Amino acid sequence: MERTVTRIALFAALIAVLGLFPSFMLFAGVPISAQSLGVMLAGTILGARRGSLAVLLFLALVALGLPLLAGGRGGLGAFVGPTAGFLFGFPVAAYVAGLIAQRLRRVDLLVSATAGALIGGVLVLYIFGALGMMLVTELGFAQVLATLSVFIPGDIIKAVLCGFLTRSIFMARPSLVATR
Amino acid sequence: MLALTLETRTWLHRVPAPAKLFALGLFTVLLLPVTDMRITGGFLIIVSLLYASLGGIAMREGFRLFQPILLILVVILAWHVVLGEPRAGIVICARILALVALANLVTMTTRLDDMIAVVTWLLSPLRRFGLAPATFGLAVALTIRCIPVVLMKAEALRMAWRARSARRPGVQTLFPLVLMTLDDAEHMSDALRARGGLTSQET
Repeated sequence: MERTVTRIALFAALIAVLGLFPSFMLFAGVPISAQSLGVMLAGTILGARRGSLAVLLFLALVALGLPLLAGGRGGLGAFVGPTAGFLFGFPVAAYVAGLIAQRLRRVDLLVSATAGALIGGVLVLYIFGALGMMLVTELGFAQVLATLSVFIPGDIIKAVLCGFLTRSIFMARPSLVATR
Repeated sequence: MLALTLETRTWLHRVPAPAKLFALGLFTVLLLPVTDMRITGGFLIIVSLLYASLGGIAMREGFRLFQPILLILVVILAWHVVLGEPRAGIVICARILALVALANLVTMTTRLDDMIAVVTWLLSPLRRFGLAPATFGLAVALTIRCIPVVLMKAEALRMAWRARSARRPGVQTLFPLVLMTLDDAEHMSDALRARGGLTSQET
């Protein structure tokens, strides 16, 4: 019980710090933060249930009024704005990422974690993000997709990075990776 | 760790947190389907007046909180103009502006402890399923306490990288950071258990 609570709390803190991490520029002028990488890692390292709980805890702190979202945003406003769909998708993304990584135990962890991060942390997350943006802005699917598409390559790279990191953590501390 | 709550006390600080949160939820649900520019515009004016009634600091802070989404609003408006419906675009942007500003207002005038109290109260029915609300409180406190610790470790790793390399620290510092965080969680759970664990403090 104690172990579960401290792991979830520390991972929530990690997701927050990854958002404050200086974002690295990938392609011309598109800054990407490591925050969604933290969400993917929560799923692939802590597993579906605990991973999504860590993300929910992080979101609770944001809603309570701490400026923890990438770029120092936070507060209740973030949950009604145009990008709110991504926030609601975060816990689902972590859950799906963890679930897929857990199910693919036969293949190498690098492959299973990357697959989980791609499907959960990119595909599922963007479905939520796009639906949220369509709802709030009343734009069509094509326009929303065109607006969001600049960020997709960065997120695909983050998913691969998530796979490598998960495997490295497994090699260093086999007992700490719940998806194996 | 700074919260977004305004330091200066205003009249809105004295309104109970549950009342503010309920009002926010109510207005959000009511305003979402409105397409009439007069209603949305009137609502935007009311929110602006609310900000004005709290004084200059509130208006400055409110604008600062708002800045990150201004660019997105411009993009949204541009899309609607391209699609030939600028009027709808203005209504939608005014609605987003009003709702986000109102939500930020609640955040700015409610202390963190009061927010935590509301969430703990909302979670109390979960006691039946074995989740004690105090566990949530502990997890929140742990996370808030650990964010500066993890941040410090991230900075230390970046400085160590800079001391050894001419290149900018990048993703290479992520692996040790995640590892250190997970190890810290293990140590902290041992420490918690050594002090009696979670079960003894909530009955």
